[in-house]
Amino acid sequence: MRRVWQYVALVAYVVFLAFPLLWLLSTALKTPQEMALTDPTWIPREPTLANFGDAFGEQDLVGASVRSLVVALFASVITVAISLPAAYAMARHRSLINKIAIGWVLVSQVFPFILIIIPLFMILRDLDLVNTLPGLVVVHVTFTLPFALWMLQGYVRAVPRELEEAASVDGAGRLRSIVSVVAPLLAPGVVATLLFSFISSWNEFMFALVILQDPEVMTLPLTLVRFTGPEGVARLGPLAAASLMATIPSLIFFAIIQRRLKSGLMAGAVKG
Amino acid sequence: MRIKSALAAAAILTLTAACGGGGGESPSSSGGPVKIDFLSLAWQKDSVAANKQLVEEWNKANPNIQVTYVQGSWDNVNDQLVTQFAGGTAPDVIHNDSPALSGFASDGYLLDLKDRLPAELKNDIPQAAWDTTTFDDGKGGQGVYGVPFLQESQVIIANKKLLDESGVRVPTPDDPWTWDEFSAAAKKMTTQRVVPGSGDGEDAMGQGYGVAWPMKSPVNKTLNLALNFGGTFFQTSGGKTTVKVGPEEREVLQRIHDQLHKDKSADPAALGQGTADPLPAFYQGKFALLPAGVYLRQQVVEQAPDGFEWVTLPAPKGTSAQQGAVSQTLSIAQESEHPEEAMKFIAFFLNGANQAKLAKGDWLLPTSKTAAADPAMTTKENGWDVATASAKNLVVAPFLKVNGFDEWKSKVATPVLQEYFANKITLDEAAKRLVEDGNEVLERYQR
Repeated sequence: MRRVWQYVALVAYVVFLAFPLLWLLSTALKTPQEMALTDPTWIPREPTLANFGDAFGEQDLVGASVRSLVVALFASVITVAISLPAAYAMARHRSLINKIAIGWVLVSQVFPFILIIIPLFMILRDLDLVNTLPGLVVVHVTFTLPFALWMLQGYVRAVPRELEEAASVDGAGRLRSIVSVVAPLLAPGVVATLLFSFISSWNEFMFALVILQDPEVMTLPLTLVRFTGPEGVARLGPLAAASLMATIPSLIFFAIIQRRLKSGLMAGAVKG
Repeated sequence: MRIKSALAAAAILTLTAACGGGGGESPSSSGGPVKIDFLSLAWQKDSVAANKQLVEEWNKANPNIQVTYVQGSWDNVNDQLVTQFAGGTAPDVIHNDSPALSGFASDGYLLDLKDRLPAELKNDIPQAAWDTTTFDDGKGGQGVYGVPFLQESQVIIANKKLLDESGVRVPTPDDPWTWDEFSAAAKKMTTQRVVPGSGDGEDAMGQGYGVAWPMKSPVNKTLNLALNFGGTFFQTSGGKTTVKVGPEEREVLQRIHDQLHKDKSADPAALGQGTADPLPAFYQGKFALLPAGVYLRQQVVEQAPDGFEWVTLPAPKGTSAQQGAVSQTLSIAQESEHPEEAMKFIAFFLNGANQAKLAKGDWLLPTSKTAAADPAMTTKENGWDVATASAKNLVVAPFLKVNGFDEWKSKVATPVLQEYFANKITLDEAAKRLVEDGNEVLERYQR
């Protein structure tokens, strides 16, 4: 009986989580008339694909998705590549400089975007990176790095120092113990950080808005906003259709990578 | 393994993109065609199509001046422009609206077009529209910082069946309702009637109303209509602008408030809604009249259920039928390397025939006199005749040139008017706060 209730709770939770996505799907298939009903239904009475036609016909959604994917993959991989060794150093070598560095990382999170956007834009312009995807990647890496560092540092700290000591007793050098002992145990942390960086970059709008100007380099969030007008008025049908298509690549990325996201690798690693 | 292959895939994709998708490099100008970036904010389907088509036409006819169509969006165009102006990478031709121009002009980011406008374009647009883009040039003179091309006026969208049943006189552009007639008509249309979804049953009898005032964003709507009685809300003397709420300003405020709380002819459910939100209830006949901007007709055409009949009526008049107007505009960035070519493109883009296409796509009013005479703008279909006729009542909105208006609007006027229309404060209290709190705000902008 208890199991049944657990399943009921689980199903309810899944429905709760899936609600926005299902509503998006329902809206994407509705005609404008149906969207203006005071008693909306889940299943469209006269389903139509016209919204998808409009969305794909008016905007280069496929191209924008590919560009967003490239930027997000590049940004997340670079972020992890830089923050992993830094996180290891910060977690393992505790000193005053470390504490100051961690404090600084936290403080940097407090600055509002808008304060630094103009100076940042000037720097990118001087580097000839305005209006390019590498420019956007650099900015995304810069902005996810502090939090990624913070996140990974926690994971490194959770790996017991004793495991490394045990490895060195067995004759492993520092590099060997990092590669063979610490790295495999950090895999879930790396995956979680990758996901975080990927999603941050995939959804990022403001920097993309000011840095990218040519239609040929625009990313997905910039393309989606084209379906909205002044004062929050939007073309709901095409917007829903485009948003739905926009979630698919990130869902696939999640599906591929989430299997690595398991905990408990270190359970029982150190006794007593 | 899986992660490794995912990373490898990422690296390959990245390399491909870095080689092929970097973009943004414009070929050197020596000998090649002049390149102009045009930032457009069109977002309606027909309007985007019209914009793209006009750019294409231009590019075909002018191989030496190639225009790149860049789509922006209304919600964040000013953030985008502030950064790009500061960084020196703004587009050459910029679509915006006149309230935004004053700040950019005084910061020196926009080119003064006064001496660059071709005579034909200048004469085709009435002075009242040019007034919406004429601002101080920061050197003691006045400059023209944009070409005004689309304007919005207020009309009343009416349920034809309820209008006919009430037997009230149907107003025309030449003989609009007075505010008294408007209030009387709304009262007459406030009846018990079949309103789907109003009771437990499918077609229960329910309270029907004459009018709906969606007042989530009350400021521009009331300020524009206040001109009906000469209400300007701002006065300038000795170079200092202050807020004023005298008898002229109070008229429209009081009349709307009366409909809501004295006559009870306005649907209370609509009060907190945004402009387009009451439409579903409008289609169901919950209320008969919806005062709105002309552009809302587009949504009615697209969404109204089959068989729903509606008409466009002119806005009511007070001592005059005047309404305040702002314009959508095309400007040229001060730093543009090709201002001559940009001006040529604007002159083509906003000629009479093209303005008619743009106005039709956005369901707004063209400023061009030639465009206003276009048969597409005067047809009875979808109320274009009434909408276009209302353009003659548009005068420059008095708030357009008030430094600090945006802050007054968001910090003072919006909450005060919302509270007043919700009957939480009296008109005297509202007036006092609009003036006293408002002057404090304006003071800071005039030091």
